[in-house]
Amino acid sequence: MIAEKVASHKPREVPTKAPVIRLSGLEPFIADETTGFVNVGERTNVTGSAMFKRLILNGEFDEALAVARQQVENGAQVIDINMDEGMLDSKSAMVTFLNLIASEPDISRVPVMIDSSKWDILEAGMQCVQGKGIINSISLKEGEANFLEQARKIRQYGFAVVVMAFDETGQADTRERKLEICQRSYKLLTEVIGFPPEDIVFDPNVFAVATGIEEHNNYALDFIQACKDITNHCPHSYISGGISNVSFSFRGNNPVREAMHSVFLFHAIREGLSMGIVNAGQLAIYEDIDAELRELVEDVILNRRDDATERLVDIAPKYNVDKEEDDTTVAEWRNGSCEERLAYALIKGIDTYVVEDTEEARLKAPRPLSVIEGPLMDGMNTVGDLFGAGKMFLPQVVKSARVMKKAVAHLIPFIEEEKEAAGDTSQEHGVIIMATVKGDVHDIGKNIVGVVLQCNNFKVIDLGVMVPTQTILDAAREHNADIIGLSGLITPSLDEMVTVASEMERQGFTCPLLIGGATTSPAHTSVKIDPTYSGPVLYVKDASRAVGVASKLLSDERENYHQEIAADHDAKRKAHAGKAPKKLLSINDANSRRPELQFDATTIVTPNSIGRVVLNDYPLDALLDTIDWMPFFNAWEFSGKFPDILNDPRKGPEARKLYNDAQAMLEKIIDEKWLRADAVAGCFPAYSEGNSIVILDPDNHERELLRTHWLRQQRPMPDGKPQLCLSDFIAPKESGQIDYIGAFAVTTGHGIDAHVKAFEDAHDDYQAILLKALADRFAESFAEHLHRRVRTEFWGYAANEALSNDELIREKYRGIRPAPGYPACPDHREKRSLWSLLDVEAATGISLTESLAMWPTASVSGFYFAHPDARYFTLGQIGKDQLASYSALRNEAVDENARWLSPILG
Amino acid sequence: MTRDDRIQWLESTLTESIVILDGGMGTMIQGAGLGESDYRGERFKDFPQDLKGNNDLLTLTQPELIASIHKAYVDAGASIVETNTFNANRPSMADYAMEDLVSELNREAAKLARSVADSYDRPVLVAGVLGPTNRTCSISPDVNDPGARNITFNQLVDTYTDATRALLEGGADLILVETIFDTLNAKAALFAIDEVARETGIQIRIMISGTITDASGRTLSGQTTEAFWFSVRHAKPLTIGLNCALGPKELRPFLSDLSRVADTFVSAHPNAGLPNQFGEYDLDAAEMSEIVAEYGQAGLVNPRNTSV
Repeated sequence: MIAEKVASHKPREVPTKAPVIRLSGLEPFIADETTGFVNVGERTNVTGSAMFKRLILNGEFDEALAVARQQVENGAQVIDINMDEGMLDSKSAMVTFLNLIASEPDISRVPVMIDSSKWDILEAGMQCVQGKGIINSISLKEGEANFLEQARKIRQYGFAVVVMAFDETGQADTRERKLEICQRSYKLLTEVIGFPPEDIVFDPNVFAVATGIEEHNNYALDFIQACKDITNHCPHSYISGGISNVSFSFRGNNPVREAMHSVFLFHAIREGLSMGIVNAGQLAIYEDIDAELRELVEDVILNRRDDATERLVDIAPKYNVDKEEDDTTVAEWRNGSCEERLAYALIKGIDTYVVEDTEEARLKAPRPLSVIEGPLMDGMNTVGDLFGAGKMFLPQVVKSARVMKKAVAHLIPFIEEEKEAAGDTSQEHGVIIMATVKGDVHDIGKNIVGVVLQCNNFKVIDLGVMVPTQTILDAAREHNADIIGLSGLITPSLDEMVTVASEMERQGFTCPLLIGGATTSPAHTSVKIDPTYSGPVLYVKDASRAVGVASKLLSDERENYHQEIAADHDAKRKAHAGKAPKKLLSINDANSRRPELQFDATTIVTPNSIGRVVLNDYPLDALLDTIDWMPFFNAWEFSGKFPDILNDPRKGPEARKLYNDAQAMLEKIIDEKWLRADAVAGCFPAYSEGNSIVILDPDNHERELLRTHWLRQQRPMPDGKPQLCLSDFIAPKESGQIDYIGAFAVTTGHGIDAHVKAFEDAHDDYQAILLKALADRFAESFAEHLHRRVRTEFWGYAANEALSNDELIREKYRGIRPAPGYPACPDHREKRSLWSLLDVEAATGISLTESLAMWPTASVSGFYFAHPDARYFTLGQIGKDQLASYSALRNEAVDENARWLSPILG
Repeated sequence: MTRDDRIQWLESTLTESIVILDGGMGTMIQGAGLGESDYRGERFKDFPQDLKGNNDLLTLTQPELIASIHKAYVDAGASIVETNTFNANRPSMADYAMEDLVSELNREAAKLARSVADSYDRPVLVAGVLGPTNRTCSISPDVNDPGARNITFNQLVDTYTDATRALLEGGADLILVETIFDTLNAKAALFAIDEVARETGIQIRIMISGTITDASGRTLSGQTTEAFWFSVRHAKPLTIGLNCALGPKELRPFLSDLSRVADTFVSAHPNAGLPNQFGEYDLDAAEMSEIVAEYGQAGLVNPRNTSV
């Protein structure tokens, strides 16, 4: 019946719709010329809002939903949701929050923007959303194939996408790079997979300006101009950005930040910016900004004058009238007397009010020194006691020291004034000279020890790193030092310490000598250092022992203590001498027990890219995932596994604080580009010849580039297992096959000095040490990251490898990357080969000290071996016969080699 | 005629005249007055659970009845017949402990519809039906725990993938994602169809129909008609349509909304409204056709359901 009735009607004409983005929550949302600028609410983002982060971490989802609701009420047309936080199961937080939103019609009426740097979180998010939202973000960072596959899936889930201006070589910061990457992404998306252009939103990267770093000055203008270029070259697409990034350097000054956002938006929107992640409730109106402030802000945003930053920084405090961000629990402890407040601040490590409280205490006290001797020392003694009792942890102590230092810095001018009037009345426990020895650059541990000693009222004179012997001794004389402390991390430093000790003897010193650092040991101290110096020599394991040792050395009991120490050294030397010398195989015998590895097409893979690859200014955020946090916590004397340590009932709360501080600093390091990551790597044809590896010219296999020499295990291996040498992992010449060896050097240390100095100048050792420790982590992570790219890409022998970060850290992949100076090849001198092979210094700026330590400190280098059976091993002791044959191969005097190899010569 | 020929015919016919879809399977089966043993047939006579009401099972146990219903609709002018697979998915079949039959039910239902369609000397297409399932992917089953879900997107994708594959194997020309009350379920179905399309290389044409559950014009999961369209538009369906639990008159304004915003063909799946207290429908065929004819007059639709 219906069929008959409708037969006569013409069907409906299908309308054509303009290519504009059509999103939906419960209600539709179209962004076109009538909508204007689209506000994407930023507060439901754990990386952007401390409050939201706290709510999510505490599982207070009702309150977190209130944040979302308030964003929508304040006019957010889309809400950005980000759960990228190390302390969270981010995926489950994302899913839970999206599911909860679905039941709140006043929130879910708007579309969502699912924001994460991790694909699995983005995908899990899309599986919870019935509407059409936006994915934020994908990029060409990991290559075209990955990018297109993710985009295709996003389309399959029915989402629009934010594409970040990021490609294989890094994040775009200039106008030209922004356009280049966006245009390339656009072409790929629209032409290869037919992604609708109106569903593409570009994020050309908003970076902070007015950071004090000249290269950053044009960032905002680059962005604004790129908006215009992208609008012209990528029709129908949209442009978005995280607007509050631009004002990062004015954190804590919201009025100035809002003015910056407003000015930035005003100009960017005119050039085509169509969306922005903003605090929807908090956008100042351009015209409402105070004219003076607006002009200064505009100078900064548009980079109109060289002194724009200084001028804005100068005037900024005047506008900082809102103090709402203060901690609400402040009030209580602020009610006590200034002495109580100082004690509280010291124990809690709060430096906000220390100067005003110290000043108040000074005015009350009979003498400025009484403030130090009274409330400050009382507070520090409590800290020392708590630390000694294991109730406080190292990061807290270092933070307390920061408070102490700031207080003392305030008092010093007054004390000096008084001294001039009355003569010196110094009350210090003693003066300690500290230094990292010549040729070595590692100082995190030494700095920690220094801080802890200072907390305990020792006067510490820190001479820094790479300090020549005579400088140490001169300083000791000049300051009438009570103790000298030496630190070192690499093996040649052990020898250097012996040199310092014998010079102390020769020059008639008698004060105690403390030895510390990663390669030092009680045995080495007793056997090698102590005999060269008649004064007391002490090995100090870590910072928590340092105070006890130093106090004892300077106490009235010192004579007894010296005898105790001497007796201990004797005992250790006897024990050492009494050990039956380890039986070693002769080198000929050891050589004959080399492993028989298989070398054929299954084990030798020709690299995709032969020769050098240089990666300069590599994006730091690409290195976040592979950071191994264990050594970081170890540096702060937290033992245990990560992330379990964060939930440890005893250490957990402090470990978490440290971790949060580290995360906050990581954010700054990345946002404000504190560190620069540079690397060089390369694969070269090679074959082995006995215990040497011959590296060949890639263009002419007849020509040797260089010969590297390696050592073979001589301790007999159990059960007749083979005696290893790294050369075993490369095909021998007689196999007639050309094999390959790789090498690399990475650094994340360029740029660190200025920031460390700024912290130190502000008496903030905590942040200075934190930064150095993080730079080291970045360098290790870069080595891991680069190794993965080498395995899957540049060399490509494991192109299909799929390992989690945890598996990466546990080195579950094929191939190894041993570093000269480490157990498999203790001779640091192969770094020289590596440097010449890759021209490391020119490519990355990493130089070698005379002890072959790398500078900047946050650097890692090594060789790549790809054989499936290649594995890490410990060389152990070697015999005089190998020393002789090795010296002959290197064509050097035996003595010279004995010096470099002393740690492994019985 | 091959599948491609039939689809080409459909696409060109849609621009010229209104194409008629078949009508409800449920009411026709209801009319046959089957008992428990009819549902069981020979094959399931010893099945440990009651099977009455498992209409999709009739494809296996009463194929002649299902074929005759398809035939009746084609005889009444329908050019598209829908497979008897509204509940042929794992979550729904779990009610009868028959999850393992999902693929078979879809394949056989498509074969049956195909054989009816092919017995005519004019083009008749088979639309393989993916129903909404009895679970909702974006609505909590527990009022006290709004974040809870009793099915995941991936579980839905899995069952829809199996069903789509089987429907195509059985000879379906199109896939009809039908009676959507939770758009996320529909998106899972669309995701699955895309997976099968990529796996088989077949370009699958899709029809989608959503359900308006109340007079406010929203789906059960709370979306407006336009929001619903934007959520599924990425699948580039051949048709998008609405059915309404309330009746053809109540459907009219929402159909009008959809018709305005959808840049594709629009379908209407009206029914005779809610049953009255005797379980019967108040609108008769004549009244129904008057209202529906007006949709066509107003230029709202392309295909449309029919009744016999």
